[in-house]
Amino acid sequence: MRRPWRPAVAALAVAGLAGCATVKHLDPRDPWEPMNRATFEFNDGVDRVALKPIAEAYQFVLPEPVRIGVRNFFENLRDPWIALNQLLQGKVEEALSDGWRFIANSTFGIGGIFDIATDMRMPKHNEDFGQTLAVWGVDFGPYLVLPLLGPSSVRDGTGTLVASQMYLPWQLPKWLDVDHRVAWQNSLTVVDLIQTRANLLDATDLLEQAALDRYGFLRNAYFQRRRNLIYDGNPPPLPPSDGQSGAAPAEPATGTAVPAASTTAPHDAAALAAGAQRAAGSD
Amino acid sequence: MKRRPAVLIWALAALAVPVASAQELTPDALVKTVTQDVIAVIKEDKAIQAGDRKKTIALVEEKVLPHFNFTRMTALAMGANWRKATPEQQRALVDEFRTLLVRTYSTALTAYRNQVIEVKPLRAKPGDTDVVVRSEVKQSGTEPVTIDYSMEQTPNSWKVYDVTVGGVSLVTTYRDTFANEVRNVGVDGLIKALAEKNRQLEAKRG
Repeated sequence: MRRPWRPAVAALAVAGLAGCATVKHLDPRDPWEPMNRATFEFNDGVDRVALKPIAEAYQFVLPEPVRIGVRNFFENLRDPWIALNQLLQGKVEEALSDGWRFIANSTFGIGGIFDIATDMRMPKHNEDFGQTLAVWGVDFGPYLVLPLLGPSSVRDGTGTLVASQMYLPWQLPKWLDVDHRVAWQNSLTVVDLIQTRANLLDATDLLEQAALDRYGFLRNAYFQRRRNLIYDGNPPPLPPSDGQSGAAPAEPATGTAVPAASTTAPHDAAALAAGAQRAAGSD
Repeated sequence: MKRRPAVLIWALAALAVPVASAQELTPDALVKTVTQDVIAVIKEDKAIQAGDRKKTIALVEEKVLPHFNFTRMTALAMGANWRKATPEQQRALVDEFRTLLVRTYSTALTAYRNQVIEVKPLRAKPGDTDVVVRSEVKQSGTEPVTIDYSMEQTPNSWKVYDVTVGGVSLVTTYRDTFANEVRNVGVDGLIKALAEKNRQLEAKRG
């Protein structure tokens, strides 16, 4: 998505300088943890003072049917890119479904405001270029918290960069050469940012409540979520962990058997999309 | 008079049948029943819809809690460290973790807005004692969210020992945090951190 990259780079630089925070243990999947934690804090600050309050106001002011219409509108604009990614991953049937989905919703669904395609058995799919790269065999790469965009990785961040060229709320005004093009581009992008954040409010509240350490919690959830998405919801079972816990643990004092805890091995930690929290229970 | 024992036996048998079948509910049927029960209560109860925490927690404790094996959940989240904890520490861990999970689950429930929840038919061999029941929360406009329940057979009934939302396992997600805490501040430190978290949530929401 086309987001302010230049401030983002500046923020990265600042994050790098501030990255001397105390970290006692490094996750092999997260070699840049100090920098990532700093970016996380930065994102959190921006969210606290600006993005979240605005999203809450948005949710408070607009009735639910309107918000659903807005969400549908922006989700519809993501479907062509999703269809293209299906094709790039060799999933022709899904690609066709997503293509028809876009056409049906854009026309009968009045510019995507109504999602009629779901009822016509063309459900929404979750694909992005990071997943496509994964299918092509590109490794997860180091975990990377992106300024403003949140959890990602080197591979998935690359995917996001490529995808920004296909971000329709930005590209459509350009291609259609409308009047006040820049105003359209900016307004659409900002509204999308706010409504996306509003859709995640329940999930982030839950995260705040559930986590002892939100950074670590989100990172772990992100690895799992990406792996699940790459395998379209049916990931193969993880290989046994590397000596992290005994294969046949002794009976614990309470009398409950504990099977060997399989830990996500570094090599199949999978990864991208800003959808990590989305699935974590938002409405 | 001679017939009375027979009648009695029949009466007892009639009573026993529903009890037995409730215990032998298949895991997917159990998930379905509990889900429907909970949703029915939420739909009726205006206080819960408005975010009444106490009532929601009471609902979770009554309807959902009995079907979870928190000891196993805690043991899995602890990984290898579980065996290093004393029985007292284990009890304290299970207690605090249960409190935290019940609160979190209650919060998730208040976010429920008429989504359709579909429990998939179980794909398991007869005699399996460890299964995954898959379900989907459907809503128009976005992709369905999958909720998978990892369940084990216990002498009395099936019990949930992990919940996986959109591919993210609750137990796995806590494992890193727990391991880090134990490494940095020990098992007692982890218990203290969990207790502190629960206290904060209590103070914040009342």
